[in-house]
Amino acid sequence: MALLRCRGLRKEFGGQVVLDGLDLTVAEHQVVALIGASGSGKSTLLRCVNLLEELHDGTIELDGEEISAPGVDPDKVRRRIGMVFQSYNLFPHLSVLDNITLAPRRVHRRSRTEAEARARELLDRVGLGAKANAYPDRLSGGQQQRVAIVRALANSPRLLLLDEVTSALDPELVGEVLTMIRDLKADGMTMVLATHEMGFARDVADQVCFLDGGRVVEHGPPEQLFGEPTQPRTRQFLARIIEAGRL
Amino acid sequence: MSATLHHEPSPAQRARAAHRRRQTVLSVLIAAASTAAVGTLLAIAVTGAPGWNRVRESFLDPEIARDALPRVLTGLWLNVRLLVCCAIGALLLGLLIAVLRTLRGPVFFPIRALAAGYTYTFRGLPLIIVLYVLTLGVPGLRLQGMPPVLVLGGLALVLTYGGYLAEVFRAGIESVHPSQLAAARSLGLTYRQTMRHVVLPQAVRRVAPPLLNDVVALQKDVGLVSLAGPIDAVRAAQIATAQTFNYTPYIVAGVLFVLLAIPLIAVTDQVTLRAARRQSGG
Repeated sequence: MALLRCRGLRKEFGGQVVLDGLDLTVAEHQVVALIGASGSGKSTLLRCVNLLEELHDGTIELDGEEISAPGVDPDKVRRRIGMVFQSYNLFPHLSVLDNITLAPRRVHRRSRTEAEARARELLDRVGLGAKANAYPDRLSGGQQQRVAIVRALANSPRLLLLDEVTSALDPELVGEVLTMIRDLKADGMTMVLATHEMGFARDVADQVCFLDGGRVVEHGPPEQLFGEPTQPRTRQFLARIIEAGRL
Repeated sequence: MSATLHHEPSPAQRARAAHRRRQTVLSVLIAAASTAAVGTLLAIAVTGAPGWNRVRESFLDPEIARDALPRVLTGLWLNVRLLVCCAIGALLLGLLIAVLRTLRGPVFFPIRALAAGYTYTFRGLPLIIVLYVLTLGVPGLRLQGMPPVLVLGGLALVLTYGGYLAEVFRAGIESVHPSQLAAARSLGLTYRQTMRHVVLPQAVRRVAPPLLNDVVALQKDVGLVSLAGPIDAVRAAQIATAQTFNYTPYIVAGVLFVLLAIPLIAVTDQVTLRAARRQSGG
């Protein structure tokens, strides 16, 4: 069964149509990569799925339940969806440990001991155990982004949304974040990721969706989409990427 | 290859360091000389003025100062107590109003409008008028259980300063980047939890220096309750002056006010400095 099903999503910003009847289905344990030019609607789609943006049409189902229906409590929906942002968005006034335990303690009502034990376990697994008491501004970009992913994982989400998570990183720090995402895939985490890293999309994704003009123009397994794209717009986009030396 | 910690400076670096040391010594000497020169000139100008002896007698009489000190100190104690109560009250009121002004949704329109109306009114109203209305007008209603004039005066101060502090808090709340809200909401935190655990801690830290600055200003204004009767330090000095026809008690009160302000201003400066250091990444 599909874990996430978006049907006919529409979103406008000040008269400009960003999502124009977009359909997307994500099965459990699947990793879906969204590629496309800036402004093609990748980030907007992720923000809509997490109910951070108001929809102008269409429906979103999570685990068969329509989360875009009126009367659904968005706070309850977001507890089941983790989200990681391009610029990390860690809370600068809280230590790494407090960043991670904030939602488990306040939203899921776990005890401090329980939440901290789980946070330390997750941090150890990604090699950041020594940074538990550090503040975000003392960490490198790659470390901050890995903490942000741990923070999202601490809620044990059903679905993880990753919005250009390596775009703000120095090239030598991209690898450590991508390794972590690969490990998550191995653990069976369902993920939707917007990315400019074509090599990574090809490597980690089960499905790649090419977005253009607010719709999924073409989707398929990476070999197919990168190897023999059928749509002219996809070919154009990939040609530009190859020209820029990004694939 | 690891960087060596022990490093023998080159002749070029040694020459630069020596030059910098000479410059520092020279700057200190120039500063000391110019301070001494200005100080001497000022002293000569004031003490050499034709009316200096009269002014010294009526403003700097040590005997009168000694006599007035206990009374002025008693008055100052009232200032201190009033300052502590009013500062706490105004900070809490300001924070409450600022949070109310950020509430969204049509349900909260009346609350938002009321909070906005409050900050507009009390930032515009002169404190003295609020004081007169509350301490002279309100008791005139002769209601049951009317609080004493001192409490009403304190209330006037809280209402006036609460308006200013609310705007400072609001500026702090609005300075927190929307991406922080998005991150908090994406974790499932409710609007209230986001405010309490993510927005307000960052906002208050950022505006701590201007908040404390307003408290320093409040310290001078608490004395205005004396317009309604209670005797604060300035009023005590005024009474002493009226008895002796000598202005020395005012100088005594002024010196005490400055002494009282110094710790508060020092704390403000330190908080400002720490905030600036944190901003620059420390």
